[in-house]
Amino acid sequence: MSWEQMQPLLWQGTIDTLYMVWWSSVVAVLGGLPVGVLLVLTDRGGLLSNVPVNRVLGVIVNIGRSLPFIILLVALIPFTRMVVGTAIGPTAAIVPLAVGAIPFFARLVETAVREVDHGLVEAALAMGGGVRTVVRKVLLPQALPSLVAGLTTTVIALIGYSAMAGAVGGGGLGTIALNYGYRRSETDFMLIIIAALILIVTLVQLAGDGTVRLLARRERAGT
Amino acid sequence: MITTTDLTKVYRTRDREVTAVDGVDLHVRPGEVFGVIGRSGAGKSSLIRCVNLLERPTSGTVTVDGTDLTALAGDGPRAGRALRAARTRIGMVFQHFNLLSSRTVQGNVELPLEILGLTRRARAAKARELLDLVGLSEKASVHPAQLSGGQKQRVGIARALAGDPKVLLSDEATSALDPETTRSVLRLLRDLNRQLGLTVLLITHEMDVVKTICDSAALMREGRLVESGKVSDLLATPGSELAAELFPLEGAATGPGTTVVDITFHGDSAARPVVSALARTYDIDVSILSAAMDTAGGRQVGRMRIELPGGFEENVVPIGYLREQGLTVDVRDGEPAGPPGPAAAAGESAPADLVKE
Repeated sequence: MSWEQMQPLLWQGTIDTLYMVWWSSVVAVLGGLPVGVLLVLTDRGGLLSNVPVNRVLGVIVNIGRSLPFIILLVALIPFTRMVVGTAIGPTAAIVPLAVGAIPFFARLVETAVREVDHGLVEAALAMGGGVRTVVRKVLLPQALPSLVAGLTTTVIALIGYSAMAGAVGGGGLGTIALNYGYRRSETDFMLIIIAALILIVTLVQLAGDGTVRLLARRERAGT
Repeated sequence: MITTTDLTKVYRTRDREVTAVDGVDLHVRPGEVFGVIGRSGAGKSSLIRCVNLLERPTSGTVTVDGTDLTALAGDGPRAGRALRAARTRIGMVFQHFNLLSSRTVQGNVELPLEILGLTRRARAAKARELLDLVGLSEKASVHPAQLSGGQKQRVGIARALAGDPKVLLSDEATSALDPETTRSVLRLLRDLNRQLGLTVLLITHEMDVVKTICDSAALMREGRLVESGKVSDLLATPGSELAAELFPLEGAATGPGTTVVDITFHGDSAARPVVSALARTYDIDVSILSAAMDTAGGRQVGRMRIELPGGFEENVVPIGYLREQGLTVDVRDGEPAGPPGPAAAAGESAPADLVKE
């Protein structure tokens, strides 16, 4: 394959990958954040202590975390078809990606939120704050650096998963790598695709680390 | 201002029960600084958390400023609206300050104002005013990590005052601070108490805190209040453990055949030359074993351990003389078993404890 042949494919693959990762990350945050916070709140001794709810939530999250992604991808095909009308293409891939990422991010949120000093929660309660105040003004802002670090990890995991989505026609760099690099044995193209994936992952990691550092510095700085 | 009746808090774990607060009747008068002192594990922390219902008492009632908080719905975290509203009028400061590292100093002071639903402009104005009050107006835009311990506690105090509370609860507020910073924070609390008529309930394990700012104090042990009252009254109570701990006296009898007596001077008697008068009147040699002079509850108080020659029988008259002078007299050796004075019956402070010590 010549570079002229590779270039548009590579470009489209990158766009598709970013599209899938972006939207599945958005859904993962929207779903994982409340689930993670609830895991902490409903735990024994938590603000909304409710052991049955906590157990059920924990089991669901664990199931989501332990299913191999490739199985989830196939198992969710009927559900995907119901949601987006098709099971093929980048948009369809967003569904299993998001479903897989929600429990993953939820656990990271849980860990981050759990680390917030209980004294701060107590202070907010003593001021007359309710559970909502505690979550919005204490837990989430205080956990923000860890949450961003968790999001970085999630996005990188999603980049990896999105390549796997190529196996069921998900599109993106994974599909190209499979169709051209593997099936047609275009080793050079495969290496270029891998390089592209490494580049994307590195950029995401750098951006995430930079944000965490910025947040930490802001807390220590005088302004 | 704060009244608890038969307040009890029992923690149940899977296999045992721990009674942290055991039938406490606390009475804090409006405008006073009340200190509860005790060792760690005595239940002080549970007690103060029961006052604003961060911990729901197992039984008993808590009344703050005329409102029976225990009657309001919800407990600890899941507080009902009425209880949350009541809490906005009770300030609380903490041993470890509990400031949000994610917010600036001003942001921290604004948090309770956000809970109260003030507008951004009103919050900023009020926060500035409060920071001014605690002497930190120039640190408004700094994050807490940049402050010293004493400054952090001042921010904590400013934050606690945001809701214009009548009552301030202090949970070991100075225990994480060095002695000098402790004094300046206590001075601030004392000033606020006087300027704003703020009622302060504090718990501490430091006797100095009680000595420096408390009008009243209670000694807590194993969940119970062992002694309680105005500091000046406690000092006048023979056998009072608090008095003995506030002004510890040392020194044992130099030999057999002498009588060791602890005297507490307070009020007017602190200024009179009682000891030299005693020596002159009865022509006896008085040796001073140890002595301490200090201010407690804003009054000059002194304690002295003296030794009189001869057994108790020979010293009945001089000891009577000392009591007549309005001093609190505790005979440590030589006196036959029984209460050392008529006032000793008050409280659970058995004289036996004193001798054992």
